[in-house]
Amino acid sequence: MESVSSPLRCFGECHTAEKYTDDGVETVTSVEQRKVERSIQEVVSVYKQIHSLPHTTAVFATMTEPTLLRDQHYQYLKKGLRHLSDAYECLDASRPWLCYWILHSLELLEEPVPTAIASDVCKFLAQCQSPTGGFAGGPCQAAHLAPTYAAVNALCIIGTQEAYNIIDREKLLSFLFSVKQPDGSFVMHIGGEVDVRSTYCAASVASLTNIMTPTLFQDTPTWIVSCQNWEGGLGGVPGLEAHGGYTFCGMAALVILGKEHMLDLKSLLRWVASRQMRYEGGFQGRCNKLVDGCYSFWQAGLLPLLHRALFKGGDSTLSLQKWMFEQQALQEYILLCCQNPAGGLLDKPGKSRDFYHTCYCLSGLSVAQHFGNMDLHHELIVGREENRLAPSHPVYNICPEKVAQAIQHFHQLPVPVPAQKEVSSACNTTADHS
Amino acid sequence: MTSMSAITQTSDLTNKAALIPLATERPAYYRMSGIEETSNVSSEFQEERSEVEVEEEIGYEDPFRYVFYRDRKEWADLEPVPQDDGPNPVVKIAYSDKFTDVYDYFRALLKNDEKSDRALLLTAEAIELNAANYTVWHYRRVLLQALEKDLREEMRYITAIIEDQPKNYQVWHHRRMVVEWLNDPSEELEFIAEILSQDAKNYHAWQHRQWVIKEYKLWDSELEYVEQLLEEDVRNNSAWNQRHYIISHTTGYSDPAILNREVQYSLKQIKKAPHNESVWNYLKGILQDLGLSSHPGLLEQILELKETHCSPYLLGFLVDIYEDFLENTLEHHEEVLSKALELCELLAREKDTIRREYWSYVGRSLQTKYGSSDSSTTTSAPGIDPGSASVHQETPCSS
Repeated sequence: MESVSSPLRCFGECHTAEKYTDDGVETVTSVEQRKVERSIQEVVSVYKQIHSLPHTTAVFATMTEPTLLRDQHYQYLKKGLRHLSDAYECLDASRPWLCYWILHSLELLEEPVPTAIASDVCKFLAQCQSPTGGFAGGPCQAAHLAPTYAAVNALCIIGTQEAYNIIDREKLLSFLFSVKQPDGSFVMHIGGEVDVRSTYCAASVASLTNIMTPTLFQDTPTWIVSCQNWEGGLGGVPGLEAHGGYTFCGMAALVILGKEHMLDLKSLLRWVASRQMRYEGGFQGRCNKLVDGCYSFWQAGLLPLLHRALFKGGDSTLSLQKWMFEQQALQEYILLCCQNPAGGLLDKPGKSRDFYHTCYCLSGLSVAQHFGNMDLHHELIVGREENRLAPSHPVYNICPEKVAQAIQHFHQLPVPVPAQKEVSSACNTTADHS
Repeated sequence: MTSMSAITQTSDLTNKAALIPLATERPAYYRMSGIEETSNVSSEFQEERSEVEVEEEIGYEDPFRYVFYRDRKEWADLEPVPQDDGPNPVVKIAYSDKFTDVYDYFRALLKNDEKSDRALLLTAEAIELNAANYTVWHYRRVLLQALEKDLREEMRYITAIIEDQPKNYQVWHHRRMVVEWLNDPSEELEFIAEILSQDAKNYHAWQHRQWVIKEYKLWDSELEYVEQLLEEDVRNNSAWNQRHYIISHTTGYSDPAILNREVQYSLKQIKKAPHNESVWNYLKGILQDLGLSSHPGLLEQILELKETHCSPYLLGFLVDIYEDFLENTLEHHEEVLSKALELCELLAREKDTIRREYWSYVGRSLQTKYGSSDSSTTTSAPGIDPGSASVHQETPCSS
């Protein structure tokens, strides 16, 4: 295990040289980029001042190394699991997501969830389950693949029999068939939009709960691969700009379906490696856009998947200790720039905290701390050892033990037999509104 | 919101919190739904009374004062349905009274499968409170069809909503449905251009634009539009993607005249702003199928640019050209490999250190694939168990 107490990359002499070069041609892109770099420079400079003060008091002594504000994040998460302000009305159709973001953050922090609360989450998610299968954003709402993904993940994190029993597997399977399209893609909900997120959500829940049938994902790999574009990354649908979130969804779905080699892995690797910002250390979602803490997972999380795929393909030149991104730089970005002192994590300095960014900044921090290759495990912890988070499964983004446990449980059950016709071609009409 | 939190179809809370509209800013459909019926008292009689007395007499209230649905006479027949979160709720949102009231009535409509004009009005209120509620949007579409509503009016409605919340999935999907029903894309390109003028990289806007163009074959003026955007911001990666989209779907890149035009255009943009990653990616993107090393004179042009317009992107591009050469030619392997490895090492060590692990890997891969078997810095040969720790695998490529 490697513990980096100093020096920090962002304190290095060469760090300033990594700032954006606009070639004297100012555009909206370069102006925005430079604004962000200035704010990062400010954060680093303030941190440096605190770092270099004589350690005369205990308070300053604890500030010498980047510190994950565990207690503060824990309080923020603990409260949010019960109560949220009216600012969260805009997430009223995403409440299973709130459960997942908070529970996953707690599991990364290795904070146990009290049995009573876990049971309450189960009962709540049961209220979100649709009578026709799948989970909705809240009670009495329509089923949707995104909250379905979140609900199943949350239940697997809880991992009790009660949690597993909430899921109606037969109905879930019929829901998946009801959103399946003839071209291999999935709509997010009846009467809803298609994009590559849906394939990941479907593949994730189907594989965890053991409801995959031979035809469920027919033509899906081909469709996902058609989302890979000239940049090397994947867009939301074929033709669109390569984007970190969609790329993660597409790649992870293909890994689940065992078809990751259908992608051009080399060009995908080049694209994602290029998304790490040389100055900030964090990742951008698309070329020539700004850094954002959540891409610490969506983008950096691709590297473990690529590592595994390349290894499976017979590549013998892969590192045995490191992912193909700058792990230290990413950790520094998250720890110095993405923490709210009152708890919670965020996009970039100046932005508000929220549970989505808390989840994905912590998930990215975990990816950056843990290298794993078969039976090899190598850790790189920036700052104190107490910053160490639990490792996360690179495909499902819940802890690996929870994945194994869920798969083990559901594989004891038989795959449900699809009740209705397997592929509904009329499933995206507006007439249907269960 | 960032298009990334789009993964979870949510909105940026920061933005939302600031956007609490005043009553006066609300669209007409809001005000009208809050007004009580007026009576037929003669105006002569009214003039002698105080304002409040008049209001109380005729039951006419301040049109800007919101009236809960539970207090509206014309909704009295409907029993509101409270949300059932279960016994001990989790992630419980502290909804405002208004939110609770509107959604209690929405649930009631849903339960009764009511198809009426008042239901349609209520969906607009529900949407305003949470435009990400896809269940409400779906129901609204059901109502629009069942009640045979004026879809031109719906276009006006959705236009206003998108202007206000352009980073929401549901609003764009709804617009697409209305355009499909009307089979009329005539407003689309202009509308999307207007949204892009506010945020030239809005992912939803580009998605809608690509759909409209493909569906209704509106290719003709798009390349011109893309060039205009690139004039404004040559670093707009979405515009570069659109460029690729248009050309791929029209002329294609196989015609040498087209390919050459695009290569020249790219080189021109590179000279203007050498540190613009988008153009380098575009250049590689259009040449990689044919092979970077196959384009005559390109290597020479890039080597020339290296002297005056160098960047990590140019160096990476050179690595790509050399790699393609190694892939497709049998001669000069040692020399080309050596140059490629030198560049990988330069990038890893000095020019692109954030990607040090990546460039080291590229170097090792090239060495393994194209290196002679008795080279002094061999990595483990294929077939050897990669599980055995080997320090040599970490060695940067020879300079």
